[in-house]
Amino acid sequence: MTLALALLIGVLFTVALYLMMRRNLVKVLIGLIILSNAINLFIFTLGRLVRGRPPLIPAGETALQPPYADPLPQALILTAIVISFGVTAFAVALMRQAYQVLGTSDLNELRDTDIQPRYHPDHYHAEDEAEGH
Amino acid sequence: MGDYLVLFPLIVPLFFAILSLFAWRAITWQRGLAVVGTLILFSSGIALLDVVIHEGIRTVQIGNWPPPYGISLVVDAFSAFMVVIAGGLAFLIAVFSLGSMDEARLRYGFYPLFFVLLMGVCGAFITGDIFNLYVWFEVMLMASFVLMALGGERAQLEGALKYVILNLLSSALFLSATAVLYSLTGTLNMADLSIRLRTTIAPDLVTTVAVMYLIAFSIKAAVFPLFFWLPASYHTPPVTVTALFSGLLTKVGVYALIRVFTLLFLADVAFTHTLILALGGFTMVTGVLGAAAQYDIRRLLSFHIISQIGYLLMGLGLFTQSALAATLYFMVHVIIAKAVLFLIAELLYRMGGSFDLRHLGGFYRAYPWLALGFLLPALSLAGVPPLSGFFGKLALVQAGLVEGQFVIVGVSLAVSLLTLFSMTKIWNEAFWKPASKELRSLSGSTGQRMALILPIVLMGLITLGLGLGAEPVYALAQQAAAQLLDPGAYVAAVFGGLP
Repeated sequence: MTLALALLIGVLFTVALYLMMRRNLVKVLIGLIILSNAINLFIFTLGRLVRGRPPLIPAGETALQPPYADPLPQALILTAIVISFGVTAFAVALMRQAYQVLGTSDLNELRDTDIQPRYHPDHYHAEDEAEGH
Repeated sequence: MGDYLVLFPLIVPLFFAILSLFAWRAITWQRGLAVVGTLILFSSGIALLDVVIHEGIRTVQIGNWPPPYGISLVVDAFSAFMVVIAGGLAFLIAVFSLGSMDEARLRYGFYPLFFVLLMGVCGAFITGDIFNLYVWFEVMLMASFVLMALGGERAQLEGALKYVILNLLSSALFLSATAVLYSLTGTLNMADLSIRLRTTIAPDLVTTVAVMYLIAFSIKAAVFPLFFWLPASYHTPPVTVTALFSGLLTKVGVYALIRVFTLLFLADVAFTHTLILALGGFTMVTGVLGAAAQYDIRRLLSFHIISQIGYLLMGLGLFTQSALAATLYFMVHVIIAKAVLFLIAELLYRMGGSFDLRHLGGFYRAYPWLALGFLLPALSLAGVPPLSGFFGKLALVQAGLVEGQFVIVGVSLAVSLLTLFSMTKIWNEAFWKPASKELRSLSGSTGQRMALILPIVLMGLITLGLGLGAEPVYALAQQAAAQLLDPGAYVAAVFGGLP
């Protein structure tokens, strides 16, 4: 079971990183989503897979007897799911807005803040005034 | 009572974030809350630092769960020191924002986000739990994402995209590394981790995890070769936001690096810390060379942020008490000097109508006081005595010479010279050169103008004071560094003397 999950996690990481290196913003976003799921599975698997042994102290005992399913990784995953949900929601909204304003979803065309500043403040404000803002 | 003070850096920003949300439509109230809230944060930071210096490391166990089962909040001198700087910077930026932030951004929640960001930053400084550190990073990132995109200008959206994607990747790496660490040790409490990693059965795997953390935090701290998101995004939001980010966000990355590489990953210091030292050298050089090619003053300063991060890494890489003390001293210096240069860039823009150095000019003739205000932090950044940067660099160089690391010492000195070149470029272009067009005077009411000028004056005085009165701050940094090099004291404080 661990081996199967390990392979699955490897495939998910590969797919996610491949998608994140694509030029299309939507693919990058899908890559991010897959990446966060891959990590959740990763945490789950690293917490050791134990079936049918809930972490309950049997009657008459005072401590847990191993092996038992560790509940902590699952708590971590829950936290990570909530965080990645919020972050993904924001990323979707940001990408939609960016697509509308910039008019492209090709990352290769989004290089104005890196190289030639087409949105340089001077040009930028001049354009703005020309547009009558 | 002293221990409840530990919670203040979290509760104060949270409380004021909520209050500013209640005052959503009342911008004037929000402005007042921002100034008062950051002032309270700053003073509680000072009080906390005072307690920590005199009584040692303070801890609070959330929910009274005994360690290592619950989340511990731990404040040592380093944490308290960082909270004080963050609070002080936040206060000065809050004052500046009174005059600089536009109504539209204020109406869409600038101040609530500002406080949430501070909560994330302070949370990262005081937590003693590695997963909790991840959560605070996310709180901070989420607020910074929105602050960066707030306003929705084209450049902002484009910068925000790059910033968001790369920071999410770094968080993913951080989380994966934490998962491996948990499976190795079965704990997330940093004090407990510190004990268990010393007797680990798989030292090679620990080094792998250490490098994963190094990469994750290096992306956040903009370390070579993972810095490229910073100059692509930092210049896009309003300068007030950039100044805040430059002072706090990358420094939280450096804080996390220092924390994990002094407390947790000491198994293979010869490898990890030498790697950090080399990265520090490359970071200094690429940052300063990148800056040399820039004409947009904000982009130029963004590259300098990277360059200065290299100096902070240098102290961590040398890994001696005096080197770490020098790093802490340098941290105060660079946060203040960097932020004030950004704030001055905003004034240049307001009066000269451009961020492009080629279009600016004549400021020395028209505004000699502003020129002086620029000269203090600029020379300080380059390391000219008797300003704060000189003593920071002097201490780093001395520590490097003691360790016999002559290459990094040479690199750091050469980079200082190039920093001076960059600052001279701003001086020549913006201040010395005759004005190409008429300079406008600062618009706005007297109050707004005061709000713009006062923080710059204060930060200039701090830079001067840090230089002239370097001794007490440096003594404090020495004490904090001594604590950092003694993980046993940290562990003992968390476990309350128990093994």
